[in-house]
Amino acid sequence: MSKEQIGNNKKKKKKKRLLFRSIVLAVLLVALVYALVSNLSQEDTNVDVGDQAPDFELKQVNKNNELETVKLSDLKGKGVMLNFWATYCPPCEAEMPYMEKLYPEYKEKGVEIVAVSLDSTELVINRFIEKYNLTFPTPHDKSGQVMEQYGVGPIPSTFFINPEGEIVEVVSGALTLEKLEGYLKQIQPE
Amino acid sequence: MNKIKCDCGHVNPEGTVLCEACGKPIEENQHIDGNDKRKLLNMRYDGSARRSQTYNKSIVDKIWSFFSSVKVGVWLIVIALLASAIGTIFPQEMYIPANAVSRDPAVYYEATYGVFGQIYYQLGFHNLYSSWWYMILIALIGISLVICSIDRFVPLYKALKKQKAKRHESFLNRQRLYSETENVTDEEKDKIADALKKLRYNVRNEDGHILAEKGRFSRWGPYVNHIGLIIVLIAAILRMTPFMYLDDYVWVREGQRTVIPSTDGKYYIENKEFILETYDENDERFQKAIEKEGMVAKNFQTNAIIYKETAPSVAGSEPELKKIAEEQIKMNHPLKFDGYTLYQAGYQLNEFKSMTFKVHETDDPDEKALGTFTIDLTSPESEYQLDNGFRVVVDQYYPDYSLENGEPRSESKYPKNPAFVFFVYPPKSDQAEVSFVGIGRNIDATGENQYKLGVEDFKLRDVSGLTVRKDYTLPFFIVGAIIFMLGVIQGMYWQHRRIWIHPKGNGLLVAAHTNKNWYGVKKDIEKVISDTNVKMVVDQQELDE
Repeated sequence: MSKEQIGNNKKKKKKKRLLFRSIVLAVLLVALVYALVSNLSQEDTNVDVGDQAPDFELKQVNKNNELETVKLSDLKGKGVMLNFWATYCPPCEAEMPYMEKLYPEYKEKGVEIVAVSLDSTELVINRFIEKYNLTFPTPHDKSGQVMEQYGVGPIPSTFFINPEGEIVEVVSGALTLEKLEGYLKQIQPE
Repeated sequence: MNKIKCDCGHVNPEGTVLCEACGKPIEENQHIDGNDKRKLLNMRYDGSARRSQTYNKSIVDKIWSFFSSVKVGVWLIVIALLASAIGTIFPQEMYIPANAVSRDPAVYYEATYGVFGQIYYQLGFHNLYSSWWYMILIALIGISLVICSIDRFVPLYKALKKQKAKRHESFLNRQRLYSETENVTDEEKDKIADALKKLRYNVRNEDGHILAEKGRFSRWGPYVNHIGLIIVLIAAILRMTPFMYLDDYVWVREGQRTVIPSTDGKYYIENKEFILETYDENDERFQKAIEKEGMVAKNFQTNAIIYKETAPSVAGSEPELKKIAEEQIKMNHPLKFDGYTLYQAGYQLNEFKSMTFKVHETDDPDEKALGTFTIDLTSPESEYQLDNGFRVVVDQYYPDYSLENGEPRSESKYPKNPAFVFFVYPPKSDQAEVSFVGIGRNIDATGENQYKLGVEDFKLRDVSGLTVRKDYTLPFFIVGAIIFMLGVIQGMYWQHRRIWIHPKGNGLLVAAHTNKNWYGVKKDIEKVISDTNVKMVVDQQELDE
C-alpha cells in the first residue's frame, strides 16, 4: 500500500464512521421526538383550551327554560359557559346560585349558560331546579356520552367557549361569583 | 488519526491500550486503563481502543463521545432516580382527591402543603412522570445505553477476533494468573495442549505459542441484554400512543346500555346480566376457606352485548347501533372485539331497581294494603295515582340517601340506598300527609298521619365493572424480556477463559485470564499441568488498600 492509498483508506473509514454515527444519532433523536410528541398529544384527546368545542345534542329538562333540546352548534355566535354538574355534588350546588344570579344579565349580553346534568333521573334534577329557581337550560346527559366526549373527570367542571366555538378556559372545581363573572366577560361577544 | 504500529508488526487504531494481536502494552496509552499505576493489566474490553475516548472532532463525534461515557450514563440514571423519588413526596396531579376544596393544582398544592407544595407545583413535580423533561431524561438513558453498547461491543469484538496466540511476554507476566518454568520438555508441552483440548478449550498453536480459549460467547451477554432493554424501552414509547395502548374502566348496570369509554363513542355495551356464583357451602374441598371467609366465589360473569355505531352521530343524540358481539365475560375469559378487550374486573351487588309501596291505615295491625304503587328508580315519576283514589306525590327522591349536618341528601346518583319524601293525598282530599320512607326508615313527620306507607317489594340489580383495554405493545415487552433474560444467562453461566502458553528458552510462561470464576480457571490449569513439572500459576492480584 502506498502512502496515498493509506490516506484514502483512512478518509473512507472516517467518512463511514461519521455516517454511521450520524444515522444512529438521527434514529435515536427521531425516537425521542416521537415519544415526546405522542405523549403530549395524548392529553389532547381530552378537550383542552384552544380546541374547538365538540358538538353535542341533549334533551333539555328545565321547565323554566323554553328550549326543548340543546345543540351546541346552534349557539354559535354566543359565548357559552358549559358547566357539568350533578345534584349530589355539593360544590356544584354551591356555584348554582352564582350562575343564576349572573344569567339574566349575561344572556342579554350574548352569553348562554348551559348546565349539563349528569344525574340519572329527571325527577331529582327537577326538584333541584325548583329549589334554586334556575332558569338557564339544563340538558340531561343520562348516558354520559357528552361527559365522556369532553373527558370530564370529577365535577364540577366548566368549559368557557367563545362565540367562535373555541374553548378559552377550563375550570375544574367550584367557581366564586367574582371568578365566574370574570370568565363570562372573557367569552362575551364584542 | 494516527495508527500505532506494534513491535509485532500489527497496526492498531489510535487509543489502543494493549496491542490487538500480541497484547503488548502500548506505552503512551497506558494511562487510559490505569495500567501505568499497576502491575497487572486492566483486561476490560481487552485493552481495545474505545475510540470515543480519543477521537472527537465534528459535532456528531462530540455528541457520540458524550453519550458513550458510562459515567454520563450512571449520572443520568442517578438523576432519574432522584427525580422519580421526589415525584412521590406529594400526590401527583391526577390523584388530587375529588373532594378537595380546589382541584386546580395551582391552588391545591399551596393550600394543602404550604410553601413546599407551591415550589413542588412550580417546578412541575405535580405532573412529573409525563413531563417533557422527565421523558427526555429517560430517553437520554436509552440513548446512552445504545451508544455505550455500540462503542464497546465493536472494538471488543474486533480485538478478540484479531488476537494472536503469540503474545508479548510483558502481556503474559502482567496477567493475574502467571507462572514461569525454566525447563519443560516438548513431550510435556504436547501433553498440556492435549489436556487443554480434552477440557474443550479451543486451542490455537502458533510456533509453539498456545492460546486456549473457551466461552468467548459469554462476553456478548451484556450486549444481548442491552438489546432486550432497548426493545423494552421502544415498547414503552409505543405504549404512549393511544393507537397502540389504552386502558380504561366502565361500570355498566344490568339492563343498561352505555358508551364504552376511550372508543371515541363508537362502541356501546349492554349488560344483560351479572352473575356471581359461590361454591356450595357443604363442598368439602373448600370447607376451611368457607369457614374462614364465609363465602368463596366461583364465578364472576357478565353477559354482555357489544354494539357498534353504524353512522357517526352528534354526542347525546340517539346513536344508530349494530350488534357486533354477544358473550359471557368471565374471569380469564375476556370479550374481544375490533382490537379491544373487555375484562371482568369488578362488581357491585344489589342496587335497587324498582320499589313497590303500599298505603295502609296507621293503626291497622295487619297493615292491610289500601293500594299499591311501583316506582321505577331509573325513571321515577313525580306523581302516582292509585286505584282506590289515593294520590301520592314524590316530593323528594334521594337515590343514595345520607344525612349530612341534619340535611338529607344523596351521596351519588346510584340507587344504593333510596329514600323518598311522599305527599299522600287521601281520596277526595287535597290535604296531604307527609311521609318519609327509605330502607329501614319510615318517619311520620307530624306524628298525626292517618295513613302510612310501607315497602312491599323491591327489585335489585347488579353492576358490572369492566376493564377496557387495547394493547398491541405486549409482544414487544415479551420479546424484549426474553432477549434480556437470554443475555443475562449468556453472561452469567458461561465464562470467557483464556490460557496462554509462551515458550521461552527451554522453558515456558503460563498466564491465564477469565472474566469471572478465577477458581474455575485455576482448577483447569491444575488439571492440565498435573502430569508435568510446569509450575502452577500464582495469583498476582493486587488488592486495593
